[in-house]
Amino acid sequence: MSNNLDIASIRNDFPILNEIVNGKQLVYFDNAATTQKPRLVLDALSGYYEHYNANIHRGIHHLAEKATSAFELSRRRLQTFLNAPLSEEIIFTYGTTDGINLVASSYGRTFLKAGDEVIISTMEHHSNIVPWQMLCEEKGCILKVIPINDEGELLMDEYEKLLTERTKFVSVVHVSNSLGTINPVKQIIAKAHAVGAKVLLDGAQASSHLHLDVQDLDCDFYSLSLHKIYGPTGMGILYGKKELLDAMPPYRGGGEMIKEVTFEKTTYNELPYKFEAGTPNIADVVAAKYALDYVDTLGKPKIAAHEHKLLEYATEAVKDIHGLRIIGQAKEKVSVLSFVIDGIHHQDMGVLLDQQGIAVRTGHHCTQPLMRRFNITGTTRASFAVYNTIEEIDLLIQGLHKVKRMLG
Amino acid sequence: MTINEIQDELISDFELFDDWESKYEYIIDLGKQFPPLEEQYKTEDNIIKGCQSRVWLNAFMEGDLLKFEADSDAIIVRGLVSMLVKVLSGHTPREIASADLYFMERIGLHQHLAQTRSNGLASMLKQMKAYGVAFQANSFNTAK
Repeated sequence: MSNNLDIASIRNDFPILNEIVNGKQLVYFDNAATTQKPRLVLDALSGYYEHYNANIHRGIHHLAEKATSAFELSRRRLQTFLNAPLSEEIIFTYGTTDGINLVASSYGRTFLKAGDEVIISTMEHHSNIVPWQMLCEEKGCILKVIPINDEGELLMDEYEKLLTERTKFVSVVHVSNSLGTINPVKQIIAKAHAVGAKVLLDGAQASSHLHLDVQDLDCDFYSLSLHKIYGPTGMGILYGKKELLDAMPPYRGGGEMIKEVTFEKTTYNELPYKFEAGTPNIADVVAAKYALDYVDTLGKPKIAAHEHKLLEYATEAVKDIHGLRIIGQAKEKVSVLSFVIDGIHHQDMGVLLDQQGIAVRTGHHCTQPLMRRFNITGTTRASFAVYNTIEEIDLLIQGLHKVKRMLG
Repeated sequence: MTINEIQDELISDFELFDDWESKYEYIIDLGKQFPPLEEQYKTEDNIIKGCQSRVWLNAFMEGDLLKFEADSDAIIVRGLVSMLVKVLSGHTPREIASADLYFMERIGLHQHLAQTRSNGLASMLKQMKAYGVAFQANSFNTAK
């Protein structure tokens, strides 16, 4: 078996890559925001609606049983994807943000009290800052922030100094969406556990690039979104250790999450349904399995190797662009290239690259405190996925030269 | 010139350009030539925050006419802002409040007015019209 992926054939799996944007063949480099979906996933979505759309868990007719089986098959598929010990430890959510809110709200409000400390990091996405700020405000807890160095790496000795017996929760990003930094999460978790704190990992960016094993990491919670792993939008999962999830009260009330309802008292359903009130996003959950199958068929190590090759090529190529500075030069990085160019506003960059059919992300990437740390208002971010090519990076470089010429 | 006459003039200016590069080079030039807003008007009250760039808008009455000055930290937005100011500034509040702005669409720049958070331009246009409504109500009140 070859060690290299056949990228031309992979590109054929993604119909959207044939789109023409502003008269040019689309170059899609906004994969850290969301990845495109292979035909397999699109077919699974339409196949669900065409052949077995039904509400799950309650119905006893054929379609309901088929939909329920497919839904629960996806749960087990995600269990193996994360190597979680039990399938009921996989809670379906709307996405990473939803999972973090679930933990901050349910675990945080139940087990944290005034004076307790929560640790996050400078490179968090707003969705791993705001829920903890809301919790701290409500409960009188204190939010502490791990600083970073100029390369965009966490200062681990500073982290250790923040850890005390008052630390009750640590919530950090596995891989930074703005910088691409892969954080030493195993170490972070072990040190937090040593003081008795629980740990949540924001896995939004990590999940499509890195091999995930929640048992090996020993994290207490892991939240991710499927749309960043070639799967559908609007769904994600929260992994949580069973003993913690069991001890947590429900987050939302409604159907599915109950055992018995009377006007006097309601008893709650068991895991995972306790946290899945209302009709879930069945079609997208069902299709998610096919996205993971796709990723595993290609093989995550091969995907990572290809993406790494693209990142190295791009990192080298942009060195020729005068005044360009890469933001995020960690030793351990995924395929995210964030940069600023002297005298060029990132929005102008985004508009002029778009005119050339090149989709990048510009702005603060929902990490305003991180941008402040680097004393910038935003960056241009090109992020690469398995279907991207060296030729596309050459187009980006040409595009950057053109933008510089136009704005110069 | 009426608001529509200015819009029509801008549309014919842009008809000279047959590719995106010359069109955007022209907008960039407009942005460069647009006089910067004096620092004293770059206040929190005058800022219109987009997700990506900032736009400042200052409005004041001169006689019966409502005038605008504006600025942005991004050059293309600055060029677009200069066109909105050119079209709307110096008309009566009533004319501004009821103006039908079609030139951006006709020039093929409507994506810049889309309701995304990415720029403050749509919010700026809304704010300009809101000033029109507010000053119209004011002059109506003082007239009484």
